[in-house]
Amino acid sequence: MFGNRWAPLGQSVWNELQQLQHEVNRAFDHWNETGSLPGLAVFPPMRVWEVEHDVFVEAELPGVQLDQLEIFVTGQSLLTLKGERHLPELGKAVQLRQERGVGKFSRSLTLPTQVDDGRVEAKLENGVLTLRLPKHEGAKPRRINVKAM
Amino acid sequence: MTETMPKPNEAARKKTFTPRVDIYETEHDLLLFADMPGVDPNEIELHYERGELRLTGKVKPRSQVGHLVLSEYDLGDFQRSFQIRELIDATRIEAEYKNGVLKISLPKAEAVKPKRVAVKVQ
Repeated sequence: MFGNRWAPLGQSVWNELQQLQHEVNRAFDHWNETGSLPGLAVFPPMRVWEVEHDVFVEAELPGVQLDQLEIFVTGQSLLTLKGERHLPELGKAVQLRQERGVGKFSRSLTLPTQVDDGRVEAKLENGVLTLRLPKHEGAKPRRINVKAM
Repeated sequence: MTETMPKPNEAARKKTFTPRVDIYETEHDLLLFADMPGVDPNEIELHYERGELRLTGKVKPRSQVGHLVLSEYDLGDFQRSFQIRELIDATRIEAEYKNGVLKISLPKAEAVKPKRVAVKVQ
């Protein structure tokens, strides 16, 4: 059984999918699950790093298009990513395996410093979102001159 | 379609991840969708031989210089193999990579497509 990558808001759809997954597992019980898939509790998984003037946030969002994604910065330090991933429309296709999460997601994260929310840059490339969030003036390191006594 | 396990020496190489996949069957083909974020579109390889489909994608290096505050995933290549029992027309396998998702279309060979059988009325 695969781990849910995120908890969707559309619970009824999810229940249906889990039911389907159960049926698929029963029908194809010879399929050998290795457990090598990362059982991620949160979606999207993120990386955050800091340089002198900026905070960078990277998130893995395969299958999410820019128009299905909303990015918010609240109070200069709370970052929220919201969006939705859809199943492809394939008409009368029968689903044989489902491991990829589907549905709505929302995730908030407190940034390590305050940022200038007016100058945030976002890029979504090959399913990877990269945000550059310039640090707020007050949060930048300041060099202290030490007087030789 | 059954998953086939990588040989131990392949798995022990540098970080390689198993992409999550969805598989669908239509009248004419099998469709496979694999989540492979951050892969270089020019470094995706599909190999099909004797019923085994192997897909690999090399991740594009990304600069992450600085002080790491949070890290919920590692960078690495993707690889996964499947044994396909249905007869596939290997010459017409198609793949496209978009938004970090690899879509592979495996057309069924003519011999296994459903055929309408005419019934003679006596």
